[in-house]
Amino acid sequence: MTRTDYRRTFPILTTKVNGEPLIYLDNAATTQKPQAVIEAISHYYAYDNANVHRGVYTLAARATNQYEAVRDQVAAFIQAPRRDTVFFTRSTTESLNWVAQTYGEQTIQAGDEIVVTALEHHSNLVPWQQLALRKRAQLKVIQLRPNGELDLAAAAEQITAKTKIVAVAQTSNVLGVTTPIRELAQLAHQRGAVIVVDGAQTVAHQPVNVQELDVDFYAFSGHKLYGPTGVGVLYGKLALLQQLTPVQFGGEMISNVTFERTEFAPIPQRFEAGTPDISGVIGLGAALKTIQQLGWPAIQRQENQLTAQLLNGLLNLPGVTVYGPESVAKHGPVVAFNVNGVHPHDIATGLDLAGIEVRAGHHCAQPLMQTLGVAATVRASVAFYNTTAEIDRFLVVLREVKEFFQQ
Amino acid sequence: MSLLNLNDLYKTVILEHAQAPHHYGLQPDLPATTLNNPTCGDVLTVQLVVTANQITTLQFSSTGCTISQASASVMTDVLLGKSVSEAQALIAAFSKLVMGTPIAKHDRDQLGDAAVLGSVAQFPTRIRCATLAWHAAAQALTEVTTDDQ
Repeated sequence: MTRTDYRRTFPILTTKVNGEPLIYLDNAATTQKPQAVIEAISHYYAYDNANVHRGVYTLAARATNQYEAVRDQVAAFIQAPRRDTVFFTRSTTESLNWVAQTYGEQTIQAGDEIVVTALEHHSNLVPWQQLALRKRAQLKVIQLRPNGELDLAAAAEQITAKTKIVAVAQTSNVLGVTTPIRELAQLAHQRGAVIVVDGAQTVAHQPVNVQELDVDFYAFSGHKLYGPTGVGVLYGKLALLQQLTPVQFGGEMISNVTFERTEFAPIPQRFEAGTPDISGVIGLGAALKTIQQLGWPAIQRQENQLTAQLLNGLLNLPGVTVYGPESVAKHGPVVAFNVNGVHPHDIATGLDLAGIEVRAGHHCAQPLMQTLGVAATVRASVAFYNTTAEIDRFLVVLREVKEFFQQ
Repeated sequence: MSLLNLNDLYKTVILEHAQAPHHYGLQPDLPATTLNNPTCGDVLTVQLVVTANQITTLQFSSTGCTISQASASVMTDVLLGKSVSEAQALIAAFSKLVMGTPIAKHDRDQLGDAAVLGSVAQFPTRIRCATLAWHAAAQALTEVTTDDQ
């Protein structure tokens, strides 16, 4: 199957919005779902539904096998060394909060430092800020270069011997820039800190190898990589996960319980209390299979071409300000911009009337908006299933909307 | 896309108010009420003075979209000179209007240019843009009324 064939397996991409063919350019918020994912979920409920890790009957074994097979897939997807270093959560947000509430809670003391960057999504900022407030620790921010790139020299200054945690997004959900994780991990480790990486905007667009990056924790969501909402992933280094006490207790996470005490199950079950989102995990498995079948070269070739077209098209439109690097080589498939004198909401409504869905607002990154000196931006983000014709149309309609408001 | 569609929401009167909003600007010596729209980060501040149960000063300042700016501008035109209870009734009527609920002809007439914003009801994601200024005025009214007591 070619890339175009794969596009045809996304039912929503053949629908209309406001009477116009849907052009979906909000892939950084969530991606659309292929038929394979939708069918995997409905097949599970139609034929395989049972609770996992419990029953001795055939159906329960079938559900458990399918659920656990996805753990293997996820471990392979991010090159985790062992399947038990990967566990399922509800979302990237839950994964990051989990690290703050376990590792953070058990490690951070008054006077310690937690270092984040100026481009973090609220989900990789607020948990650390709140932890710092609880513990009387200091939250420090690595500032960006004017083009939005992370400054390694600034990072080396902020990360000190007092730093215990460095929390950073691998790809900005606003500027599209990618941060040098390998180098940041080295810096963190040299100073005795761990590095926690938000990979939500990365995993659908480039291969990730958590061992090569040498990260301590890595979080991402299934729904941004063509899987269903409701499933997140957290990877952690074995030695770290083994020393952590769970924060949620209940079924599935125990090995022996008396009224007096409980022995916890080994990892990863120790951290998966209660019935998980089984159908969601199975759906994620189907999404990972789609990515694997299509292959990174086809995905990256298309996304690079679309990003270049989008970025250059916007840079060439007079009266448009583009935020972040102007070089495609430094850009993930996310471009934030503003039309001078026109509010992002008005632009987004104009595009929406033409069936073009983009995001307008602060993108859950209010401190970054303050750094950029704006209240909000428009954001267009592409996925492999978008086409050059769609980007052409987007640029034409954007020009029309701009003229409407500037008339 | 047809620009006709855009005209459904962005009628000429709305564009005019947004481009040259009435009663725009704040005075440092007056109390102010600020609300923000957490979904977009927009911020709007109103200053409202009631003298002898009548709104004698109403002005605003904001960073916001065409709808929120225009709505704030028409609101100042509509509410200035009204009594507190008249203003409260009109704020309630405006809220209904943009939610797509029919309102009495008398209220519609009183709302004047603001009635044009009734078209926002067809754009559910933009209703909060239209109501922000009116919510701020409602809050300012309760603060002013409380101060008087």
